[in-house]
Amino acid sequence: MTAVVLGLGNDYRRDDGLGPAVAREVAARVAADIQVSTSDGDPTRMLDAWAGADLAVLVDAVVSEPPRPGTVHRFDPTAVAELPTPNTSTHGVGLATALELGRMLDRLPRRWVLYAVEVVDLGYGRGLSPVAAGAVEPVVRAVLSELASTTGQQSVGRSPNAPAPDWSNPAACS
Amino acid sequence: MTSARRELIVRALARVEGEGRLDVTIRDGRADRVALAIYEPPRFFESFLRGRHYLEPPDITSRICGICPVAYQVSACNALEQACALKIDDAVLDLRRLLYCGEWIASHVLHIYFLHAPDFLGLPDSIALARTDRAAIERGLALKKAGNAILDTIGGRPIHPVNVRVGGFHRAPTRTELAPLAEQLGAALEYAVATVDWVSSFTYPDIELDHDLLALRHESRYAIEDGEIVSSTGLRCPAEEFPRHVVEHQVPHSTALHAELDGRRYLTGPLARYSLNSSQLTGQAASSATAAGLDVQCRNPYRSIVVRAVEVVYAVEEALRIIDRYQRPAPSFAAVAPKYAVGHGISEAPRGLLYHRYELDTDGLLTAAIIIPPTSQNQAAIEHDLRTAVNAHLTLADDDLTAVCERIIRNYDPCISCATHFLTLTIDRR
Repeated sequence: MTAVVLGLGNDYRRDDGLGPAVAREVAARVAADIQVSTSDGDPTRMLDAWAGADLAVLVDAVVSEPPRPGTVHRFDPTAVAELPTPNTSTHGVGLATALELGRMLDRLPRRWVLYAVEVVDLGYGRGLSPVAAGAVEPVVRAVLSELASTTGQQSVGRSPNAPAPDWSNPAACS
Repeated sequence: MTSARRELIVRALARVEGEGRLDVTIRDGRADRVALAIYEPPRFFESFLRGRHYLEPPDITSRICGICPVAYQVSACNALEQACALKIDDAVLDLRRLLYCGEWIASHVLHIYFLHAPDFLGLPDSIALARTDRAAIERGLALKKAGNAILDTIGGRPIHPVNVRVGGFHRAPTRTELAPLAEQLGAALEYAVATVDWVSSFTYPDIELDHDLLALRHESRYAIEDGEIVSSTGLRCPAEEFPRHVVEHQVPHSTALHAELDGRRYLTGPLARYSLNSSQLTGQAASSATAAGLDVQCRNPYRSIVVRAVEVVYAVEEALRIIDRYQRPAPSFAAVAPKYAVGHGISEAPRGLLYHRYELDTDGLLTAAIIIPPTSQNQAAIEHDLRTAVNAHLTLADDDLTAVCERIIRNYDPCISCATHFLTLTIDRR
């Protein structure tokens, strides 16, 4: 049973860094055979990242109208029509396009789940707003739960309260 | 057109990298104002680079763009190496060029297949293309993957490569590590040639631009990672003279500056590169250009998709040539000591000439930084083309006129990640 976790976003666009922030936390708590990575939204790389996986757990930041900052939405293939459109994403072509391309080209994981968190600040610079930062831990736990239900694997490694690894140092994530 | 004023608002433009806004005002049957509104992240980067260590710009500026991070890294390295009078080993330069070929392939293929081609096929997007021509999208995915593989292998990771440093690379790959790339690129060459055949079969409007053209030229090869500045007006100068010829000025509607080349509107990017350097294309790339019907110059912005496809063929072939002759450089980088100096760096990002300028103090801290991305340089030319098109299509309904504007903008593959966040369109007809 193979599983991947993909955090979408851009650490330099404030709350858009939520996906990568969740991915970093998840990576520190799961076994090495769970592939955890980040994505800037390039659809071709997303198709490769989840190719052949039994489960892909995707995490992204979204902006909704009307806004409900901090709200966590869970989408699965039964709810594709409700997915945020590419125009609300800072990622160019967009996740919805990548999922639809994957479906048409038979390149989807066996099962996928998307956690989309409503955020407030997509300005330039690093750091999550308090609302987005507060959503990280609940989403991390939800992702771990999805993984456990599919792989039977419990989280490992450091405790949730331990300091996060320093991913701002390029050497640490190469 | 019976009414003196019409107004339409389009909230977002699809199939460009990012988001932004275009305002068109039509008065008395003429395009009165065409304003491409750009918010320009590089200006923020210029500010927070001040006070940083001189070895940091390649890693920091690569974050400006997820599509062309290598261009930012290489222009930054070129500027800082010039400032520190650092001589780079040819084998290291080869590796840098190979990495850049990967970015050209990945970026061009993304634009050709996923953003631009649907315009010529009457399709709304790449999903529709996958539905009508699955083989084409599969070909695009395979080519993109080959470009990504170069970035992964040499850059250390797929997004925002971490292996580049001032003076070279943190670690140079072995020949054995490059062998799988050669195999993948060998197959990709066939797809690249097929891409040129495919796009050359599209129907193109018969339009020729008269903008001045600006690109790099290398003495012995199609310029990518370095070269001297040349223009269609006969300009020929090194990187340090870029600020003397390219002058930016403020425009009211945008936080991005408009650039002029010796006081005139100009264009940088694939059309400029090809028109100024097509004689340096070799092998299959030259054959493909001829077969596609390209002359020694190409000034039709719609046919930029053909030029990009030819450049993909060239980048695949060049990558194969570099891998074939590759000898692992040791050391993988030249050690560099800071000095009180100014450095200018240029390279050919997929979308055109990317200029960096840094000032260093004696402690190796940056006291000033200037970054001029290609999309900012092309902004005035894009607006000029939009104004011409709006005037030529005034009788079109608002939706159709918007579609015309969107196609024109996509001709330039604007990297909004670099130069703006794109695009809400407002058309105001008075």
